[in-house]
Amino acid sequence: MTKQILTFLVISSLLFLGNFIIPSVMNPYLFMILIYCGINIIMGVSLNIINGITGQFSIGHAGFMAVGGYVSAAMSFYFLMPLLSLFPSDNTVLSLLCQNVLFVFSLLLGGVGAALFGYLVGLPSLHLRGDYLGIVTLGFGEIIRVIILNLDFIGGARGFTGIPAWSTFFWIYFFAVAVVMVSFRLLRSSHGRALLSIREDEIAAESIGIPITRYKVKAFVLSSFFAGIAGGLFAHFIGYLNPSSFTFIKSFEAIIIVVLGGMGSISGAIVAAVITTILPEALRPLQEFTKTDFRMVIYPLLLLTLMLTRPEGLFGNKELSDIISPFLKRKKSS
Amino acid sequence: MEEFVQHLINGISLGSIYGLVAIGYTMVYGILKLINFAHGDVYMMSTFFGFYFARWLGFAYAPSVIGALIVLFLAMAACALLGFTIERFAYRPLRKMPRLNLLITAIGVSLLLENGGQILFGADPKFFPELIARAELLHIGNISISNFQVIVIVVSLSFMALLQYIIFHTKTGKAMQAVSFHHENASLMGIDIDRIISFTFVLGSALAAAAGILVGLAYPRIDPLMGVLFGLKAFVAAVLGGIGSVPGAIVGALIMGLSEEMVVGYFSSTYRDALAFFLLIIILLVKPTGLFGKTTSEKV
Repeated sequence: MTKQILTFLVISSLLFLGNFIIPSVMNPYLFMILIYCGINIIMGVSLNIINGITGQFSIGHAGFMAVGGYVSAAMSFYFLMPLLSLFPSDNTVLSLLCQNVLFVFSLLLGGVGAALFGYLVGLPSLHLRGDYLGIVTLGFGEIIRVIILNLDFIGGARGFTGIPAWSTFFWIYFFAVAVVMVSFRLLRSSHGRALLSIREDEIAAESIGIPITRYKVKAFVLSSFFAGIAGGLFAHFIGYLNPSSFTFIKSFEAIIIVVLGGMGSISGAIVAAVITTILPEALRPLQEFTKTDFRMVIYPLLLLTLMLTRPEGLFGNKELSDIISPFLKRKKSS
Repeated sequence: MEEFVQHLINGISLGSIYGLVAIGYTMVYGILKLINFAHGDVYMMSTFFGFYFARWLGFAYAPSVIGALIVLFLAMAACALLGFTIERFAYRPLRKMPRLNLLITAIGVSLLLENGGQILFGADPKFFPELIARAELLHIGNISISNFQVIVIVVSLSFMALLQYIIFHTKTGKAMQAVSFHHENASLMGIDIDRIISFTFVLGSALAAAAGILVGLAYPRIDPLMGVLFGLKAFVAAVLGGIGSVPGAIVGALIMGLSEEMVVGYFSSTYRDALAFFLLIIILLVKPTGLFGKTTSEKV
């Protein structure tokens, strides 16, 4: 346990250093891609908890991201910004510290909001199995979006402008590392084994005394909490939210990350999140060459090719460590 | 009261179009247990096929019933071919794989059709030609019934009747029922499963194409993304009626069309899209198998 905390601290301090170095050496375009990678990693890995590890089929992840994003954005806009303006904003260490503490508070609140929604959605619907659960989550995702569309104090269809741009490289990757480590810890705990047993066979899991609905709801709440955090980070990076960014296409993107990486593989989800973020951007030169935007056709074509040639995803059920460790062992013995 | 009757007529007309698309969802689900997300886009493609056929053949400039029928059948044939191709090259190789993979493939095909459509046809909306001159058939008080509404209802009902005949009174239809019941057992009875599944896709896509042409006539604004939400709602209608059941899909679609018209008429049009999902969640929480669905218990 102390080893994990130590690793986490080391990574965080490296990220903290990176926070000062990376934005100054990277051009803004690449930096933006890097940030989106981080947000997609949070989305993919968090969805992996419910879709990959627990084997439940949820297509409403964008809805939870929207809840988190809007809750934390509204919190920052209506309460934290006025609060912060009471203090002198002189860019000293103290005022920056205040700002970041408030930011984390607002993010966590967004996460809790999304988790609460996850609980409300999950409790009645996780009794359902397979596709029906998928359909219900899809429905809830769309309902959340339509409700936001009709709430005027958070912008409605015009979108929510004026959100303070507080997201930094550090916070985005801090939470990305957090969700990855939580997932790994979960996977290796008795909770995680219960979730895996639900994925493998619900009836068998139930017969050995695992309260399956309770475990599913727990996984669902955890997953939506992180999706909410991702939403908050996204909102505070762009400074603008629009309900049209949270359609079910966004949920599909998260599912694509999970399946592309291999169901249940956390490192697979990370790699897939990076690939799906970079790929459309990497194809951009092609667009200049052909004068038509073929990217959006090539992307689904690649997806189809991958599904047809490697249906188990990039990593299958394995983690990066499972693939690397045989090589390391061989080196040691020789 | 007059207003109510008007909404009722509009709702039935909209509902019958939903019905034609919903049947495609429900048949494919019944047979493959797959939510065919590309189905809404097949429907979108049919309006564009219709749009171009009507222009090339010159029917766009001289409205006539014959012309409309020719365009309808050509679009149905083109979409049947499209549905066949999608099944053959995207879904068949993955049939033995986990269902989530199949679903991702369906999403991939759907994105391909949408984005490909945006490149091929242009992203800006087009206007479907008036293949039949718009006329008002009946006008009582404030109620008006246009010939389009009658055409929509008559054409969809006749296709539904035809489908009912195919499923319950032909050998292929019986084979379809058998395959949807159990794949291996059906193949032991000498049914060529691949052929039946292909046939299901052809049939579903042709019906979606009919819906596409009817929509083009009744609501002429068409664009490459029109299939997304429409498809989703038709799918919800199929779930509402009990997915896998054809009469269920039709009833679900009528409920959907009617309630949507009523919400727009008496409440607010912004909640129109949420209503579909609201209905869906209510029905799934109260009766998860839908109105006409059969309850199956899972065995070890």
